[in-house]
Amino acid sequence: MNADGNNKTRQFIYLRKILERAGPFCHPDFEPSPEILNFISNDCKILVIGAGGLGCELLKNLGLMGVKNMHVIDMDTIDLSNLNRQFLFRLNDIGKSKAEVAAKFINEKIPGCKVEAHFNKIQDFDEDFYRQFTIVICGLDSIVARRWINAMLVSLLIYDDEKLNQASVIPLVDGGTEGFKGNVRVILPGLTACIECTLDLFPPQVTYPLCTIASTPRLPEHCIEFVKIVQWSKENPFDTIIDGDDPNHINWIFEKAQERASLFGISGVSYRLVQGVIKNIIPAVASTNAVIAAACVTEAFKLASSCCATLNNYMMFNDVDGVYTYTYEAEKKDDCIVCSPAFRPKYVDVPHDGMKLSEIIEYLSENQYQMKNPGIVAVFPEKNRTLYISNVPSIEKTTKDNLKKTLKELNLINGTKLIITDSTRPLPLEIILRFSEINNET
Amino acid sequence: MDSNSPKSPEQSEKIKKYDRQLRLWGDHGQVALENAHICLINVTVLGTEILKSLVLPGIGSFTIVDSGKVREEDVSANFFLDGESIGKSKAEVATFFLLELNPDVHGDYIDESLQRIIENNPSFFNSFSVVVGTALTESEIILLSSILWDLKVPLVICRSYGFTGMARLQIKEHTVIESHPDNHNISFRLINPFPSLKSYLESFNLDSMELKDHAHVPFVVILYKYLQDFIKLHGTIPKTYKDKEILRDLIRKGMKVDENGLPYLEQNFEEAIKAVNYALSSDSIPSEISKLLNDDNCVNLTTKSKPFWVMSNALKYFVEKEGCLPLRGTLPDMTTETKHYVNLQQIYRVQASKDAEDVYRTVQQLLRQLNQHTDSISEQDVKLFCKYSSDLRIIRSSCISQEYIDKPYNSSYIASQLDDPDSMMELYIILRGIERFYSEYKEYPGELDDHVEPDIVKLKACLCKLLTEIGSSTLIKDDLIHEFCRYGGSELHSVSSFLGGCIAQEVIKLITHQYIPFNNTIIYNAVTSSVVTFCL
Ligand SMILES: [Zn+2]
Repeated sequence: MNADGNNKTRQFIYLRKILERAGPFCHPDFEPSPEILNFISNDCKILVIGAGGLGCELLKNLGLMGVKNMHVIDMDTIDLSNLNRQFLFRLNDIGKSKAEVAAKFINEKIPGCKVEAHFNKIQDFDEDFYRQFTIVICGLDSIVARRWINAMLVSLLIYDDEKLNQASVIPLVDGGTEGFKGNVRVILPGLTACIECTLDLFPPQVTYPLCTIASTPRLPEHCIEFVKIVQWSKENPFDTIIDGDDPNHINWIFEKAQERASLFGISGVSYRLVQGVIKNIIPAVASTNAVIAAACVTEAFKLASSCCATLNNYMMFNDVDGVYTYTYEAEKKDDCIVCSPAFRPKYVDVPHDGMKLSEIIEYLSENQYQMKNPGIVAVFPEKNRTLYISNVPSIEKTTKDNLKKTLKELNLINGTKLIITDSTRPLPLEIILRFSEINNET
Repeated sequence: MDSNSPKSPEQSEKIKKYDRQLRLWGDHGQVALENAHICLINVTVLGTEILKSLVLPGIGSFTIVDSGKVREEDVSANFFLDGESIGKSKAEVATFFLLELNPDVHGDYIDESLQRIIENNPSFFNSFSVVVGTALTESEIILLSSILWDLKVPLVICRSYGFTGMARLQIKEHTVIESHPDNHNISFRLINPFPSLKSYLESFNLDSMELKDHAHVPFVVILYKYLQDFIKLHGTIPKTYKDKEILRDLIRKGMKVDENGLPYLEQNFEEAIKAVNYALSSDSIPSEISKLLNDDNCVNLTTKSKPFWVMSNALKYFVEKEGCLPLRGTLPDMTTETKHYVNLQQIYRVQASKDAEDVYRTVQQLLRQLNQHTDSISEQDVKLFCKYSSDLRIIRSSCISQEYIDKPYNSSYIASQLDDPDSMMELYIILRGIERFYSEYKEYPGELDDHVEPDIVKLKACLCKLLTEIGSSTLIKDDLIHEFCRYGGSELHSVSSFLGGCIAQEVIKLITHQYIPFNNTIIYNAVTSSVVTFCL
């Protein structure tokens, strides 16, 4: 059928057509040449975060799109319930590191692929580690981790005379799935909307008010939550915190939740539902992972090759009813506390200095900040003073009295610089206190 | 989420393995999947990516048809072929690697051409749940389409080409009971409450209540009370937007006020205000369902009518008698006390059972009249059917070969779409042109580096002929033709993987009769990262 039997290798012949031929729709900067595939294969280094449902697909797709140098980070081990979609794992891999098994599989399967595995948390690595990558692709289910890596990539940006040095931009391609829905976004840190600019795009976590689960339960979920939050700590059946992977724990909660449900005349407490609520299980299927990971890698390929314009900058996918996509441009926030340039001061606006420190903490946990466990250090001319830190028990103990004090009592004035640490970011946030109702007497 | 979940905490290994997807299609969906047999024609990247997303969730079995041998260019883009397999049967190697994914799945292959199989054994395709053909030529599509149309076996044809791709579904009739819409249309029957509901709703005396109790009255009761007030004032139920505003205002004024005359923010009242729109209109019958109830297959039952249509006929009888659909029997969560919620839920549940029993009795009568076994439809089947009766779906696609052979019945639709410069119909026509090009020249336009320029002319000629057949005077842009010749038959892995995921899920929808398949053509453009659907 095909008669050009020359000696030139036919490996990646499909990619080479795309990369070595000019086309009318190519990006203006695109100059077709064999060098592009060389670059993708030899110089490009891509970091894949997460070796789960998306991660397995991402590594395979990258390898088959010509990328040879990859790193993969995942702190999880393989579980039986992963096998319906995480296709690089087999029954006898259960309990092993996802990152290590996935990397080994790809390295053996795709000639020339060099995937380096990290059985770690993303927080285990510093700027120097992340700076080595051409592109970072995220396949995570944690919003906090997404925010952390986003802030990390922003922190690598270099500004020369308040102008962004383009060479310091490491694109972030982010994918997420839930059941038959998914989304893909392309983030050019410092240039386009970052994760933090669009925090409101993430669906709020379902939470049930304590008064509902305690006194007016109506749904089976309310009964399960009650056992989880109230009964477990009261009865402490196994002398430890709940482990969603321990069938004894799930069984105990299942039985207690059933008892409570029948007490109130509520039906529908099933073992599957109990597991779902306790482990916060998100339904997942192979097909959606394939779709979203493929879309991520197509975008990474466009970024690496400049062969055509990338997604600008957000795509939603849903195949509950037919196959549906929607793309739009999420807007970059000028005052984003992560990606607005470092030289531009950032402010935290509070009404007046009669506010208590605990109210500031609350404020930082909501609004555009959405922090998880903010710690605050105040910068004074003579020295810095730790006002509150929650995740180091010894410091928590010595600083918790400050929570009840007002800003005035803590000598914080309009313009005081605060240094805030939080698990959603690798580096502290420097932010200036600004009172919206200036008190003239002070 | 799923009422058929096992009650026993003893979970089998299989249930644990498939847990994340059982939450989407339930144990009964999984059973359907495990009984299905899929046929894939041609080991392309797209083909194996589709099978991957079917083997992983545990499809019963698959058969691959491909007479080709593995070539070097196949290996570097396909995860299920490897360097050592060059020269071997593609079908055999792909089957081997796909089966590694899931020991629950059976798979076999036939390394013969489609032509040969059809000549030797025309009934070969009879046993498949769904047949998927990738990278087929125009003549193969015509042949396969007409055979499967007569056999009533669903067919998906698809292609991944450069930065684009398409899939088309051919199915004579597909019915869905569990369509799982994102928002269920829950009827509260407030306009015409059944007796037990009416007496419950009227047992509340809101005016005499203390704030604490007042703030815990279910919104359904509140809505009903002010609806009665509205009817007393205006002699009719609220119909227009203005009417509904008046009703909302009545409800708002019903909130308790504090000593300064400011209303307490009673959440149950807020819920009642929000519900004015959906809770009053949800009692009417959706137009989609009215259409279904007047469908020929519903109205004219025969001895061969499928359960879906027998149940639809019984449903039609119910609707004509009662003026509404059977109740769903579920309640959304609302601000109220446990006692009220459980009582109200029970009232709706009991009535839903009664409605379903009513429909079931009709179904049994119909089965007897039709000389069908009375146990061919169980009470459980009818309950499910009634529960989801507001979201039933029926899909009938066209026959592909009819469009290809005759002057297309849908030519005016295609032509009008082509007049829109932003429409992705252009891509559909080009992909059709490429099928024809391959049938004529046995290679893809631009497959060889020095053929790109001359092939542009040849592909243009194919497209002109095609457009004339359709009766469109639109011309396909030269740039786009050039772009497709540049692709030269390339199949990009990530483009195929995207489409493969989409198509696999459509196949699962067809097998499980859950969720709604596309009708009937999707076009994927990876440059813009978008999918559009055309009903051809
Ligand atoms: Zn930002």
